Amino acid sequence: MIKIAVASGKGGTGKTTLSTNLASYLAETKPVVLTDLDVEEPNSGLFINGELTHHENKYKMVPQWKSDSCMLCGNCREVCNFHAIVQLVDQIMVFPQLCHSCYACSELCPSGSLPMTPEKMGELQEYQSGNLHFIESKLDVGQEQAVPLIAQTLRYVDEKYSEVNLKIYDSPPGTSCPVIEATKNADLVILITEPTPFGLHDLKLAVETMRELNKRFVVVINRYGIGNDDVVDYCMSENITVAAKIPNSREIAGLYSQGRLLYNDVPEFKAELDKIVDFISDLDREVGL
Amino acid sequence: MKIVFTSEGTEWDSKIDPRFGRTDYFFIYDDETKGICTVDNRAIAETAHGAGPQTAQKLFELKPDVLITGNGPGGNAARVLAQGNVKIYVGAGDMTVKEAYDAYQKGELKEF
Repeated sequence: MIKIAVASGKGGTGKTTLSTNLASYLAETKPVVLTDLDVEEPNSGLFINGELTHHENKYKMVPQWKSDSCMLCGNCREVCNFHAIVQLVDQIMVFPQLCHSCYACSELCPSGSLPMTPEKMGELQEYQSGNLHFIESKLDVGQEQAVPLIAQTLRYVDEKYSEVNLKIYDSPPGTSCPVIEATKNADLVILITEPTPFGLHDLKLAVETMRELNKRFVVVINRYGIGNDDVVDYCMSENITVAAKIPNSREIAGLYSQGRLLYNDVPEFKAELDKIVDFISDLDREVGL
Repeated sequence: MKIVFTSEGTEWDSKIDPRFGRTDYFFIYDDETKGICTVDNRAIAETAHGAGPQTAQKLFELKPDVLITGNGPGGNAARVLAQGNVKIYVGAGDMTVKEAYDAYQKGELKEF
């Protein structure tokens, strides 16, 4: 069993391109689960032509104030670490967008005036295309927290696909809570970047994050050929494996813009994808031992 | 009438703090007694999320009639403030407290 998260510091460096191509390519020979955890703007689905097999709404639990039984003791406001509860003269106000569903206010309310109630936060959809199982979650417009939906999606995939050996997770960009949640159970994190000053700057942040989490990670350089050698030099000086260098190519950009996968049409891309596949096979053997 | 300004300091000449939730101080002027007092809100810098409602709750406890600020409260803070009868005026972000008070009296500030 191996879990691979594809992440990046900078956005737009190729997380989805790599995730969808890697998952589809590997699925030509064995079952693979691809999960899009970039719930604020999932886009792996643009490249996967599967059949919709399942759809469900996802909820988070938030307290709802019952004015008739409340004694206005203020306990709820004091125990909330997230300032999601405000007490005014004769009322309690709950801010669901700030709530982390910890249940403290609800459990510690002496009069049971803050029962936890479900609030819809997003939707999960599941598609199948041959050996490839594709799961995508999307946060509702207006929802501010991605982490609860990412956590529920991970749980769904773990429970439903415990038998599938290979799982790939398309992660959100950046280095904040959603990325931590999306990568925390991965055996390997692939950090994809571009060889530009901006790419390098954010790669360093991502590397720092992964080291803090004690994650095993490798770098893939996308659009190799633009910018400069600083990313390569940085990886060398930090002893970071560069697993592949995907060439900058107009043909790739063209196929991408049509929502098409690349490995069948671009041999140079396929050659780099094979390097990543080899790396994963070695890791699988190692983890399997 | 009690008028509260979001401010960066505790003097009439202090700049208005354009932020509501993360304002450094409240500068409070009572135009009947001519009395001034200030509330230090700088501890809010430690709060990662939910500064708006926190500060709004603090303001609420001051029972003001008028709030004068810069950018105006965000959605969460506005929800709290809507529970009271506070008139909110915005657009004083580049002024001192004194200038903002004069502008308010001349009716030059925009109601939120």
